[in-house]
Amino acid sequence: MKTHWAEMKSAATSIWDLHCHLSGVPGDTPEGRLGHLIAYADRMGVERLCVFMGMEWHYDPTPEAFRLENDDVLRALRHFPDRALGFVYLNPKFPQQCLDELNRCVRDGPMVGVKLWVAEHCDAASLDPLVDRARELRVPVFQHTWLKITGNLPGESTPQELAALAARHPQTTFICSHSGGDWEVGLCAIRPHRNVFADLGGGDPVAGMTEMAVRELGADRVLYGSDIGGRSFASQLAKVYGAKISEPSKRMILGGNLRRILEPVLRAKGVRF
Amino acid sequence: MNRRGFILAGCGTSLAALTVQPVVAANPLSTVARRLIDSNVSLFRWPLRRMPLDETPRLLSTLRDHQVAEAWAGSFEGLLHKAQGSVNSRLTDECRRRGGGILRPVGSINPRLPDWEYELRRCALEHRMPGIRLHPNYHGYGLEDPAFERLLRVASDLGLWVQLALAMEDERMMHPLMRVLPVDPTPLSTVLKVVPKCRLLLVNALRTLRAKPLLELLSTGQVWVEISMLEGIGGLGTLLSQVRNDRVLFGSHAPLFYFESALLKLQESELTQKQLDAIVSGNASSLVKTSPLKHRHGHQ
Ligand SMILES: [Zn+2]
Repeated sequence: MKTHWAEMKSAATSIWDLHCHLSGVPGDTPEGRLGHLIAYADRMGVERLCVFMGMEWHYDPTPEAFRLENDDVLRALRHFPDRALGFVYLNPKFPQQCLDELNRCVRDGPMVGVKLWVAEHCDAASLDPLVDRARELRVPVFQHTWLKITGNLPGESTPQELAALAARHPQTTFICSHSGGDWEVGLCAIRPHRNVFADLGGGDPVAGMTEMAVRELGADRVLYGSDIGGRSFASQLAKVYGAKISEPSKRMILGGNLRRILEPVLRAKGVRF
Repeated sequence: MNRRGFILAGCGTSLAALTVQPVVAANPLSTVARRLIDSNVSLFRWPLRRMPLDETPRLLSTLRDHQVAEAWAGSFEGLLHKAQGSVNSRLTDECRRRGGGILRPVGSINPRLPDWEYELRRCALEHRMPGIRLHPNYHGYGLEDPAFERLLRVASDLGLWVQLALAMEDERMMHPLMRVLPVDPTPLSTVLKVVPKCRLLLVNALRTLRAKPLLELLSTGQVWVEISMLEGIGGLGTLLSQVRNDRVLFGSHAPLFYFESALLKLQESELTQKQLDAIVSGNASSLVKTSPLKHRHGHQ
């Protein structure tokens, strides 16, 4: 018996994956790779995938490079409009080009969020214009964070830096990717800021992570994401399924919270969900 | 319903209900569920964090919910305690008293400690353990150390299989005072050649050991690997397209990892019935049966 997403996509229960990539996935084209991901999503009962960054990644992309990465995602989205959503990848070192790309991909295109990776520490002032614009467009800012005892990349943000940014922009919705990596520290760093959500994805399925996130932030600030293709749906869904938390909390984490965050922009774009 | 259908339907049912508690037990008992063998669990306290299942009854309850018939239990105490005799006695006692007939003790041996051979014999002859677990990175030696070869030799002579843990956790998020690099498996192929009786299960290995070095080790016929740290989209299917089907065991790394992670890997990849049977228990059984002293391997 196969798990069919269609059988379980009732609005209240369907699983939305916040954090998916086209890298680390077989396929020669963006749509080929996304189709591959969706085939596995079907097996795991995941209805929608938020996708960001292209076939080939750049730590510190030029505007041309991030536009090309976004083109990959736009192309993939066209093939699976009912299964995937896109976040626009930007490099804050290029403020004007970021605003232009936000307009191209979000205001005038189908994308519903912003993705920032490791080009610039996220407490830098250069982020302010794009964060303001994201708020105007009513989309969340998904910021990679990882607190590494092995040493961060030159532009790689910590959850503390995201907390500083969030304090400057209390009306913008932020998502703390990987819950800061070292999540016992990261969750506490973002805890005071109600406009910051925790992404569970991308780290090992260490038991207790989700319980701590729910305990410290409340289940309404915790989001399931996988970080596929680098990870598996299995290890990341297990963080929710295996957690000793209530069933309503699991439902919020697996999709309810993300739908709540994206509802304004999805409604504005006329996306049915 | 066939065995494969059992697991998938089990997960499907629970996905619809948004719970995997319990994934497999949502259905009537099946042969596959009754024979699920978890090759990698640990008892007692992780030194740096409390975890939801770090009390044996809680761990046992989750294993039972998922129809685990047998789990090979090492001890977190074995990482840092110097009194390994005490560690192994306590582990054996815990498995016997609170293991519910499911937990089988896997002893910790540190060949850098004096008279470790005595402790090894104790694991085999007194505690009647089926195998031991090694943590070279926590114990401060590399696999090129002559003590490692000697340990494999004595363990094999005693009929013990050996679990070699390459890591316990992601090195990026370790405590600053307890940074432990993964074990370098490079010397293994050479060492195994001179200890042909050795049966080695690599645990927590698949984050750092992949591709050609992994394939070469598995092709020796002396090495098995478990899936707790296997990642990537459809990772298990990909792995099985590269390696012998008889080499891969189910392992959860619970309670440090959520048990469900390993279980859901069986659903994520499309596996044949034969592959599924082999992973959930067949390969673990044959690893045990390969023992020249298998008559000693009954339950405690
Ligand atoms: Zn990612």
